[in-house]
Amino acid sequence: MNRREFMTSAAAMAIFSTPARAEDTPGISASEIKIGQTMPYSGPASAYGVIGRTELAYFKMINEQGGVNGRKINLISLDDGYSPPKTIEQARRLVEQEQVAFLWQCLGTPSCLAIRQYCNERKVPQLMCSTGSSALDDPEHFPWTSPANPIYQNEARIYARYILKEFPNAKIAVLSQNDGFGKDYLKGLKDVLGAEHAGMIVKEATYETSEPTVDSQVVTLQGSGADVFIIAATPKFAAQAIRKSYDLGWSATRIVSNVSISVTAVLKPAGLDKSKDLVAAQWGKDPSDPRWKDDPGMKEWGAFADKNLTHAAFFDQNAQYGYGNAVALIEILKSCGDDLSRANILKQTTHLSGLELPTLLPGVLLKTKPGSYSAIRQMQLSKFDGASWQLFGELIEA
Amino acid sequence: MVELLHQLSSGLALGGVYAITALALVMIFQATQLVNFAQGEMAMFSTYVAWALLQNGWNYWPAFAFTVALSFVGGVVIERAIVRPFAHAPILASVIVFIGLGFIFNALAGFFFGYTVQSFDTPFNGRPWFGAKFMSAHESGAIVVSLIVLALVFAFFRFTPLGLAMRAAAQNPASARLVGVRVGWMLALGWGLAAAIGAIAGMMAAPIVYLDPNMMGGILLYAFAGAVLGGIDNPWGAVLGGFTVGVVENLLGAYVVGTEVKLSVALIIIVGVLVAKPSGLFGRRIVARV
Repeated sequence: MNRREFMTSAAAMAIFSTPARAEDTPGISASEIKIGQTMPYSGPASAYGVIGRTELAYFKMINEQGGVNGRKINLISLDDGYSPPKTIEQARRLVEQEQVAFLWQCLGTPSCLAIRQYCNERKVPQLMCSTGSSALDDPEHFPWTSPANPIYQNEARIYARYILKEFPNAKIAVLSQNDGFGKDYLKGLKDVLGAEHAGMIVKEATYETSEPTVDSQVVTLQGSGADVFIIAATPKFAAQAIRKSYDLGWSATRIVSNVSISVTAVLKPAGLDKSKDLVAAQWGKDPSDPRWKDDPGMKEWGAFADKNLTHAAFFDQNAQYGYGNAVALIEILKSCGDDLSRANILKQTTHLSGLELPTLLPGVLLKTKPGSYSAIRQMQLSKFDGASWQLFGELIEA
Repeated sequence: MVELLHQLSSGLALGGVYAITALALVMIFQATQLVNFAQGEMAMFSTYVAWALLQNGWNYWPAFAFTVALSFVGGVVIERAIVRPFAHAPILASVIVFIGLGFIFNALAGFFFGYTVQSFDTPFNGRPWFGAKFMSAHESGAIVVSLIVLALVFAFFRFTPLGLAMRAAAQNPASARLVGVRVGWMLALGWGLAAAIGAIAGMMAAPIVYLDPNMMGGILLYAFAGAVLGGIDNPWGAVLGGFTVGVVENLLGAYVVGTEVKLSVALIIIVGVLVAKPSGLFGRRIVARV
């Protein structure tokens, strides 16, 4: 057989060979599951780095307990500095050099979008991306990509329903970040309000994250005479908007997006008295809320944080988020059994039928289906009473 | 009308912060003919120092004074240790050093103090001044402080021998050296003063925009626009430019161009001024004989 014949037959064999067994999946061996991740350990979003550190600590604990079905979890978590070009470089390194089975919890909308095409072309699962952007929940075009966070549009839908029910004659003013996050919010709101109620939004204003303050935007919005004020902003700008709207004596019902509900990082800087009566949707348990003091799930998280991280980490909602997702991944891998092919890992992640997490509100379950990968769709509204968030009403499905 | 007054006053208050930051830029430009892109991050870091002191129970004014003094020393040290070796390098090398310095201070602040936004105390508490109901006490205070800093800088250059020596060192280093001015030290002094003024800017900005490692990014851009508009070699011009940018940005954003391109106003001012009147409204035109 000459070389050409050999090449042809080898190629033919590759095409007609039987489907790969789990052991043929890159990153999977009898003793190990190798997973890749990009995380902003440095740069402007490095506050999120604690998510990766928490997850690493959780898998270390799982490995000490024997791993999943006898396999140890090996999470390779690389720094991308929240810079998409760097994410691409690191993702290629993870997939091609480290030969990971899949990518998991890569953080940030721009970073995840940057590697989405690459992952889908190579059929490498890009699971539970740390972002709530609706662009990462598009199974029709990108079946190998799934988001971990409730998508922003769904949260906004819940606010729109709440407004229609409680304030049917409301005049709404919206402050939103001028990027995908803010636009998702506006879309969710407008979807629910529909053409019929579109006129309820009397004023929209946006800001860039590089602007020093949003004071001027808040003044403009107040000038519109609105009586419902929706703040779709990240923590610093949300704090500014909360303070300024109070200082202006604006008596509107203020709704703040869930990314900015932290008492320590947002409401304290804004002033607790100035934050009174804010409304927000929630799905996780607030670690600073005494209500969960004796909650088994939160005690579990507290014990883990004390032992493997720091006591302060318990109150860090980013760390708590990482913990919840690490728990979820272990459950998913358990449900894969011995079929750890990429296709089955994706299938298990996208066919969750009601997984409970220790860090989520009672009744909030992870549910995914092939047409919609966003796992958290239930939320409950809450009001800030000047000290902590008070839940009210039923769980709402977006 | 009420809305317009609110827009004006919040523009003026931030304009005060831009003005002080612009003054810091002017200080270094006066001494070296370069714009210090790390100015904002240095100011932010100084503000964190003040914040740490306040957290440890210091009173405001001692913490303020100590921070300004420490920033002065820090500025001198940076000039001596980091900027000096590049004194004879091409301008681009210096610019890269400044940008690198900015990144270093940003990362250090995050490392030491975290990325969570912090509220920052103001000495100007209580009821709004002069019964001005559109401006908080701190906002009025920030404007007054910016004017005081301007007066001090002006007096320093105009009436003190040291200020005269600094001007001489900047304008004609060779002749200055011949008459006994220590030119190198004058540059270090310029850096120290700029760092001290920057610290004041940071401490006036933080109660308005909240303290976090990225606090000064946008402010520096606007301050630069202000300095360019007023003339980057003229303290009066820079301060007036800072106030103008603060107000114009708010008014255009609210009534003319909309919030989506509000930030671009600063960039348009920079480009527009550099094209139409490169020396700024009040700057001196420098004519070099070749």
